[in-house]
Amino acid sequence: MGVELSTTRLEDAAKWAKQGKLARIPEWGRKFSLFTYPFVTACCGMEFMSVAGPKYDLARFGAEFPRFSPRQSDLLMIVGTITEKQGPALKRVYDQMAEPKWVIAFGVCASTGGFYQNYHAMPGADQVIPVDVYIPGCPPRPEQVLDALIMLMDRIQDGRGHSQLRLKREQVIASGTEE
Amino acid sequence: MSKKVLDALTAKFPSAIVRTATANGDEIAWIKRDDLLAVAKWLRDDPAMAFDAPVFCTCIDWLDWKPQHNNRPPPEWGSAWNETKPRFTVCYQLRSVAHKHRLRLEIELPENDPRCASLAELWPAFNWQERETFDMYGIKFENHPDLRRIYLYEEFVGYPLRKDYPKEKRQPLVRRDDLPINPIKAEHK
Repeated sequence: MGVELSTTRLEDAAKWAKQGKLARIPEWGRKFSLFTYPFVTACCGMEFMSVAGPKYDLARFGAEFPRFSPRQSDLLMIVGTITEKQGPALKRVYDQMAEPKWVIAFGVCASTGGFYQNYHAMPGADQVIPVDVYIPGCPPRPEQVLDALIMLMDRIQDGRGHSQLRLKREQVIASGTEE
Repeated sequence: MSKKVLDALTAKFPSAIVRTATANGDEIAWIKRDDLLAVAKWLRDDPAMAFDAPVFCTCIDWLDWKPQHNNRPPPEWGSAWNETKPRFTVCYQLRSVAHKHRLRLEIELPENDPRCASLAELWPAFNWQERETFDMYGIKFENHPDLRRIYLYEEFVGYPLRKDYPKEKRQPLVRRDDLPINPIKAEHK
């Protein structure tokens, strides 16, 4: 587990600055200051409260600040079942979020539809928006959520998030057409 | 158990009642479709009945139902049990808080013509219940003040709690463009 990567070591940033890897420094800052938008639709919300509460304490990883406006947040946590009727709302929330942005599917319902296999449940939130990390469990243990957050932080540091890759692609395309 | 309500109902509307039964203390009356409104109005307004609390309204889909050895009725049902059933049965459960008695009205509807009188004018609480029954089973409640879908979206086609609605069928409103199979686009091709 990427415990080492997830520690707020200022030396890392200083080292990268010395080595000229300046592109890593904003990502280093971003991964420790995720602003969460909890899209809570179902019972997984109780587990989200547990993670956000003082016992498991999401704040240790810098993601403690839930913003209830998507325009002020860059981490979308889909906590609970997504129905087909909610699809347009979820897509709109995602479109309004600040770039770069990341998505965690919290629990099996948000990841795959879970035990719902019927007319109303969407088979996973990734049918509508790109999801970076999936957390299994019904509901997941708080430890799993923390593990997923650390995984996501590693991914942010390496620039492998969906929106980061998309921005890179767009830059490449834009520079190609200018020439 | 007492059959006080059923006896009074049968005496008042002998032609409207198809049959009656009691099961586990519940009184059940099968009502002819065209007489439902008159019966319900009397049940609400008569001081000896005074059904002031509408409990629920729902529907049963009897598609491909056949009597099995394990779904035989209790013997006291007698002639209330028929071996072939029409496709739908709409149920209204009523309760009287004043007299502490209850009654279930069941209306059998054929598959090709699922119309039923609306009781939303008598008990406003049935308004949304009938909308849900319409949403899930497609029962057309006549003279309902606002018969629209209540849970599902307007674009939805079909009635999902009918037994012939495919279990796996989905009707997505929005999908990502970069999915390998986009069901919305596939549908329009």
